[in-house]
Amino acid sequence: MTFNLTFIAIFVIGGYIYSLILPKTWRKWVLFITSVLTVYVLQSPLLVRHMDFILPTATLLLVTLVWALTASQISRRDIITIVVLMMIITGLALMRLLPSEWRIFTASRPPDPFTVFLVIMPILVFTLFIHRQITPKTQPFILSIAILFIVIAFIILKTESLANALSAWLRQQEGRDPSFANPLTDLNWLGFSYVAFRLIHILRDRQTGKLPDIGLRDMHTYIIFFSSLTAGPIDRIERFQGDLDALPDMNGRDPARIVEGTTRIVVGIFKKFVVADSLALFALNTTNIEHVTSAGGMWILLYGYAFRLFFDFSGYSDIAIGIGILFGIRLPENFNRPYLRNTITAFWQSWHITLSNWVRFYIFSPLTRTMLRWRRKPSSDVIALIGLMTTMIIIGLWHGISLTFFMWGVWHGMGLFVHKIWSDRTRKWYNQFKKKEGQLRLWNWAGIFLTFHFVVLGWVWFALPDVSMAFSVLGKLFGVGF
Amino acid sequence: MWNWLIKPQKPYTWGFIIRVLIKASALFIIANLSFAFLQPMDILGRLSLYNIVFTGRERFPYNQDIAEDYTVTLDNIPAMFATHEINRPKADDEYRVLLVGDSATWGFLLPPTQTLAQQLTDRHYLLADGRRVVAYTIAHPVMSLTKDLLLLDEALNHQPDMVVWLVTMQSFSHERQLSAPITQRNPARIRRLIADYNLPLNPDDPRFIRLNFGDNTLIGQRRILADWMRIQFYGVMWQFTGIDHVVMNAISRRNDFDADFSWENFDAPQSLSADDLAFDLIRAGHQMVGDIPLIIVNEPMFIADGRNSHVRYNTFYPRWAYNQYREQFAQFADEYTWRYCDLWDAMPPDSFTDSPVHMTADATGRFSQILGEMITDYLDFGYLGRDCD
Repeated sequence: MTFNLTFIAIFVIGGYIYSLILPKTWRKWVLFITSVLTVYVLQSPLLVRHMDFILPTATLLLVTLVWALTASQISRRDIITIVVLMMIITGLALMRLLPSEWRIFTASRPPDPFTVFLVIMPILVFTLFIHRQITPKTQPFILSIAILFIVIAFIILKTESLANALSAWLRQQEGRDPSFANPLTDLNWLGFSYVAFRLIHILRDRQTGKLPDIGLRDMHTYIIFFSSLTAGPIDRIERFQGDLDALPDMNGRDPARIVEGTTRIVVGIFKKFVVADSLALFALNTTNIEHVTSAGGMWILLYGYAFRLFFDFSGYSDIAIGIGILFGIRLPENFNRPYLRNTITAFWQSWHITLSNWVRFYIFSPLTRTMLRWRRKPSSDVIALIGLMTTMIIIGLWHGISLTFFMWGVWHGMGLFVHKIWSDRTRKWYNQFKKKEGQLRLWNWAGIFLTFHFVVLGWVWFALPDVSMAFSVLGKLFGVGF
Repeated sequence: MWNWLIKPQKPYTWGFIIRVLIKASALFIIANLSFAFLQPMDILGRLSLYNIVFTGRERFPYNQDIAEDYTVTLDNIPAMFATHEINRPKADDEYRVLLVGDSATWGFLLPPTQTLAQQLTDRHYLLADGRRVVAYTIAHPVMSLTKDLLLLDEALNHQPDMVVWLVTMQSFSHERQLSAPITQRNPARIRRLIADYNLPLNPDDPRFIRLNFGDNTLIGQRRILADWMRIQFYGVMWQFTGIDHVVMNAISRRNDFDADFSWENFDAPQSLSADDLAFDLIRAGHQMVGDIPLIIVNEPMFIADGRNSHVRYNTFYPRWAYNQYREQFAQFADEYTWRYCDLWDAMPPDSFTDSPVHMTADATGRFSQILGEMITDYLDFGYLGRDCD
């Protein structure tokens, strides 16, 4: 489940109450508790028994485990947080006893609360035990194991065949027919893609010694912050921590914050629910491509898809950022007029900015740095090619491990590499050219046109589930194959 | 990108917020009140990208599969006509024929290129004065003569030269006249028809959807407005695919029946009176069209030969009822000198798809030839041709 207008309205009203009425000292706790509850509320119902309770609970336990692996010490507040977390989870399980219309926080009837308590308590105790056992010597290894575990979980969930096998296995354990296994209805783990990347960021920053000391409550709030849980942006913890620390001193009645937050939400709602949903009526999809009979029509579908994707995602980001502002958290921007960029490099600095930054920090930079340290150092072009291709393929596969997302990553990796080579080879000429204002303007517009169409053609890989289908559409766009 | 918001020329104050709230509330209230008072949906409905940016649709929007169809079902009559190809200017050499009717005429289970009207046009009939016969589908997949009148009333604003009204007995049922959403959601238009043509319908029928003041506001009409917007966006897909309605696989019609004598509210054979069937609505249609030639066609239907086919012609009609309907129709036509053509058995059984009146594309083509010859015979010789004799 994602944000709908009802959820947005609840968060907006909640934001006003939080800003205007709530005692300042409660703010961090309110963000924490709201975020924990949101993990359950937004989880869509799943067909494997109790899975829609187990997965949100697993998110919370995973965050707690990562905190235990990375925290330098455990404070009294951390113990209180564990108790509160325990109470919330058990309390939600207790809702099992209520009539279904009162169970507003869980997607279906939760499991037996006593069982929940018996399962979670030892896990939390074990987590604290692990924290005590970690030494500076063992920590890097344990952190690597944790990263590997998250990556493996990510790969299983994002690979259709593996997720399907897991789904079938889960059904078998329940004595149900595994042939009905479907990861979308059995294992749709709310926000896991974002949670996983935030967790890896924390683990990796601890390994490199960059992670600030952060309490369990604040780490939970960062990882599962309710407005960015399902579709980002992917903030950085040190920036987020700064906002959290500033909350007690925040002027709740600051009109600028109220105006800014509300405006962002209104703009986001318009972009997502009016513009994007309208464009969806004629955007590229597997049904529409079968029906269109001309290259012109296919281009219209593709443009429809490109703008629909932008307005949907950037609208969603606006809503998330706006809600964050109302609650005193200034999430980073995710889009900055990406379709008006005149190079593919500039496009990737303005499209899903926080994901691009994450991959740059944790994939591209370490990878290229490592290659530069090799005794037989490859040429800079080879380093760039490997770095860019790896980065973009990972961005592609983050959306789902499939050949089409791989191809999408390759498409952009190649685009970025070709642009790098071009800009390296033409830098001198370009510096001369920059002095001619009229020609430069024309050049910029040509760049925008070219970049936009390169990106738009790339969306063919992104939008369609099948490589042969994508090739067929690419052919049809140029009049081949009708 | 957001500097205009983050760094305003003057700092935001609570006074600013209150002023914005007051102005926004005032605008919201004024817009809603104005909308409720003006009730502009009829005017808004006439605004359309069809016939300007996109080609007009060959039939009225009707949605059955929300995920697959490139259309939404509209009940706003001006909006329906605005999307339709009839809303384009009439060519000088065009002889405009309206085909009014139910789902069979609309072309259920047929693509727009194979509807009765399209196949009739594609036969390129030329009149003695050189004009081309161009037929238009003025049909909606609902069986109700009142619905037909509702559409005909609006269609007359589009310069027809002839009206062919294709009917079947189901459309004559009094119960069915106001059972469809399109009739229930257009009470003002139907009440006007009732008053103008003395229709045998209750102007206060409880099935009419009564909109209170709130329902007429912008908020109350949001769904209708959204549908009006959606149909414009769907114009893109219509333009580039020529598909409006996904043609499903037909469920085969039944040839065997129980010994069931029922039709509508009648459980057993009995003598149907003139009041049991809505022939007054056919009379009203004649009044409505005035001097424009109107031909009434009793449309072809599937005639079963399986079990209990001596009881029923098909799933719609028991023999006793349908025979009386035909007799009464012929008598009324004779009495009022209607141009009436009874083509009930004009098509062989394999012409029909899922229902007793829906025909295959080929059969529709053959039927269009019968209609075409009927129209040209009438125009050339003043009689409806041999198929109607």
